[in-house]
Amino acid sequence: MTDRTPVPPRPAPPDSGGLLRRAVPVVWLVLVWVLLWGTFSWANVLGGLVVALVVLLVFPLPPAPGRNWLRPGATLRTVRRFVADLLVSSVQVARQSLEALRPGPPIRSSVVAVRLASSSEFVMAMAVGMLSLVPGSVVIEARPQERTIYAHVLGADDAEAVAAFRTQVAVLETDLVEALGRPPAAGAPSEEIP
Amino acid sequence: MTGLPALLDAVLVVCLVLLGISALLVVVRLLRGPTGLDRLVALDVLVAEFLCGLVVYAALTGDSALVPVVVAISLVGFLGSTTVARFVRRGTDR
Amino acid sequence: MSAGSRDGLAVTLDAIGTVAIVLGVLLTLVASIGLLSLPDVLSRMHAATKPQVLGLLLVVIGGALHLRTSVDVWMLVLVGAFQLVTAPVTAHVVGRLAHRGDGVRRDLLYVDELVDTPDTADPGPDRPEPDEPDTEDPDAPGDAEDTDVPAPRGGGRPEGA
Repeated sequence: MTDRTPVPPRPAPPDSGGLLRRAVPVVWLVLVWVLLWGTFSWANVLGGLVVALVVLLVFPLPPAPGRNWLRPGATLRTVRRFVADLLVSSVQVARQSLEALRPGPPIRSSVVAVRLASSSEFVMAMAVGMLSLVPGSVVIEARPQERTIYAHVLGADDAEAVAAFRTQVAVLETDLVEALGRPPAAGAPSEEIP
Repeated sequence: MTGLPALLDAVLVVCLVLLGISALLVVVRLLRGPTGLDRLVALDVLVAEFLCGLVVYAALTGDSALVPVVVAISLVGFLGSTTVARFVRRGTDR
Repeated sequence: MSAGSRDGLAVTLDAIGTVAIVLGVLLTLVASIGLLSLPDVLSRMHAATKPQVLGLLLVVIGGALHLRTSVDVWMLVLVGAFQLVTAPVTAHVVGRLAHRGDGVRRDLLYVDELVDTPDTADPGPDRPEPDEPDTEDPDAPGDAEDTDVPAPRGGGRPEGA
């Protein structure tokens, strides 16, 4: 969402998805507008349409990622796993917070570098966002050229925990790539060619 | 059946009290926090707890007039902490 | 009869909503304790993520179940969505600053794979930045701007212990 400036080394792909794809952010913005007003009326929809078009003209979005629509099954699976992650690690961080009250050595953590398999910046952005939303891991640095993210993992005090986090990120990435409808093997090279 | 709604209301009041206690704990970190970033994180949590408190209050009274306030604060709080982080950057770095 | 069952439904929804609120509030309380008990900024941020994400989501769900007849319920949905979008941004900004500054106790890190990788993609924190977005602007041009660590290890995969 902060990626307003176009990325120099990667030229914007030409309008591959057509008008329908470009309408997607408009639909989202109109939906938000209608939800804000709370009632569905044509006045709200038209007003939202005007606001959405103005917003998208003034702050144009980067070109839409990927060429396919979301895959419903894989998307649901990703969401389900994310919710499960959220619940489990919330409880875990709660336990760690309470354990830190006891006298003793303070909790140890790690800053783990994980290299992603996919070169898509969108997959990276989604993965970073979801990892940051889950307590227990905060992404503190992300470098698209190196496809590497650096995350602070609370309580990762041995090689096993670090490896577990790497696995978690790999699973998350596989889920995301599947949900976005691109096989991981084809993701890297096909990104450059429109 | 008549006792249950009253019980639920009482539970919500207890929740408000617990949120108040949480806010006090966060204020301790806000005042003590050695670095500006500590204070920033504490402030973020304080905003989140304030939002929770508003929603619980709305649920307790059944009055939804405060809900737009919740929307506004959730957006402004985000802008505030991100902006402040920009200035903390030059203040407390090595 | 129908009025009675509707009341029963209302009480049930209220009860579910209250349970969600209680869970969210307890999570928030424990997070506040964690904010005090954890040793450095980065660790405390993990505790802070909870009331911002799951705590607020649970409370919002509970509130929506209580206010189910109002049109403002949709606004509560929006609050949850906004929170999901904005919380990672703040966490990223703060976490990055904390790691560069003194927000992390290095003696408590089991492994720090960011230290031995020089930051080539990004102007350092002390440098004024050329443009607006400071959260995620990793594509800023310039190769050897930040030479905190003299020996770059190339773009290879930094392996931990």
